[in-house]
Amino acid sequence: MTLLKVENINVYYGNIHAIHDVSFEVAEGEIVSLIGANGAGKSTILKTISGLLRTKTGAITFKGENISAAAPHLIVNKGIAHVPEGRRIFLKLTVEENLEMGAYTRRGAEVPEAVEAVFSRFPRLKERRRQVAGTLSGGEQQMLAIGRALMSKPPLMMLDEPSMGLAPLLVEQVFEIIKELNGSGTTILLVEQNASMALSIANRGYVLETGRIALSAPAKELLENDAVRRAYLGS
Amino acid sequence: MSDMTAITTILKQILNGLQSGSIYALIALGYSMVYGIIMLLNFAHGDIIMVGAYLAWLCMVRFALNPALAVAAAVAGCTALGMLIEKAAYTPLRSSPRLSLLITAIGVSYLLENTFQLIFGAGAKTVPPFFNAKNLSFGGVVLSSNAIVTIIAAAVCMALLTLLVQKTKMGKAMRAVSEDMGAAQLMGISINRTISFTFAVGSALAGIGSVLYCTAYPQADPMMGSMLGLKAFVAAVLGGIGSIPGAMIGGLAIGLAEALVSAAGLSTWKDGVVFAILIIVLVVKPTGILGRSLNEKV
Ligand SMILES: Nc1ncnc2c1ncn2[C@@H]1O[C@H](COP(=O)(O)OP(=O)(O)OP(=O)(O)O)[C@@H](O)[C@H]1O
Ligand SMILES: [Mg+2]
Repeated sequence: MTLLKVENINVYYGNIHAIHDVSFEVAEGEIVSLIGANGAGKSTILKTISGLLRTKTGAITFKGENISAAAPHLIVNKGIAHVPEGRRIFLKLTVEENLEMGAYTRRGAEVPEAVEAVFSRFPRLKERRRQVAGTLSGGEQQMLAIGRALMSKPPLMMLDEPSMGLAPLLVEQVFEIIKELNGSGTTILLVEQNASMALSIANRGYVLETGRIALSAPAKELLENDAVRRAYLGS
Repeated sequence: MSDMTAITTILKQILNGLQSGSIYALIALGYSMVYGIIMLLNFAHGDIIMVGAYLAWLCMVRFALNPALAVAAAVAGCTALGMLIEKAAYTPLRSSPRLSLLITAIGVSYLLENTFQLIFGAGAKTVPPFFNAKNLSFGGVVLSSNAIVTIIAAAVCMALLTLLVQKTKMGKAMRAVSEDMGAAQLMGISINRTISFTFAVGSALAGIGSVLYCTAYPQADPMMGSMLGLKAFVAAVLGGIGSIPGAMIGGLAIGLAEALVSAAGLSTWKDGVVFAILIIVLVVKPTGILGRSLNEKV
């Protein structure tokens, strides 16, 4: 079943036409990867889905409901969590407070339960629960960013370059976590510079070139596509 | 006995300093919280105090209501006014340049001052006392009960505010929004509600400050908010604008500095010293005592 459907969206920054008639979809249970060079418009698309930016035309539907005009905080409520580029955790809040903010749309006993669930997935965060997030290492900050997004129990999680700035071992760990999340029922929309890693865990992929979808195919085919290999996989 | 008198004088001045300092601190909190969340120097904030004083006067003198109701009306009225100003004047400019916001704030300030002058005239109205308490006396040292009530009330407000900001969901959301508005939205936090709440809290504190100010200087006049607001602004800058504990420290420091200048027999220099402090802070450490460093936001 289609969970997220993006149809012919056009996004502008002032006069700059950043996204041209982009359409794609994500089915329930999938990992879909969006790859493309710097400045292709990957982050712009995620921000438009989460409501931080507006599309001029076209529609974004989530679970059959048009969300293209909804406020960002309401979109979270509908079940889309967005781990933004550069993590954007709250550096002056403690680890635990960051997680509580992730559960802002939930109430009561659900919140401490979700905090414990994140702590059991990321024991390092538990050790540092009262520490101000700004004092965490880069890898720990990424764990926190993912943990924070999990707090809203999202059916759909969008991750914008979760491997950025991490050592190879940590990158693998992050991709393991994404696979696990997907295994436990979370649908994933993954934006990555690290295209080979992303495609290796994805079901399908879309290649974005200067704001347009240039190619869409099952991830395996993209991994074997010569043009893709030359442009994005460095071989 | 002259030693004794000197000590008494100093004690009294310290108490005076803490009294006006507590009021500056309450007002400075509103400046700092609003700056922390939308980077606006809300120059209409001082005038909210003036409106609070008129509300108290109206309730007690015009409508002969009891003082407790007058206090409630002043605080509620200031809260509502702060929220109204935010919705009507600042929300539409949310994505405009900071300068437009600043100019609008100055415009709102003039609007309030002139509206009240038009309605009530330029002369001052006398606000009757809210309570009649005897001054306390300890072995010949007489302490003003107004000062003690003011200091305790302000301390309670600041303690409650600290709890609110540190421990409640809304308080954490305020801190999250002030650090990263975009990321806060991605958490499901409503920016509009959080900003509106911040103005409500800041303006309620101004309302309380207004009542406490009237216990010391029982007058309402259309221009009273501008000097008071300016001094509270200096207090906020001294403490580090955007910082809540900074506003508290800055307020008390400004109050004490004024009192010390008066104690030295230079009370005509009181205002000058406050602005000298502003200039020194801006030159030596523009981020204030507890302010965030300027290069923190990358
Ligand atoms: N705030 C902005 N104002 C103007 N133009 C912008 C803004 N943000 C992005 N752009 C432009 O929009 C285009 C797409 O940017 P976007 O950030 O979506 O790229 P990206 O694919 O995420 O790149 P990267 O891999 O470097 O993160 C770029 O040309 C960029 O310069
Ligand atoms: Mg990007």
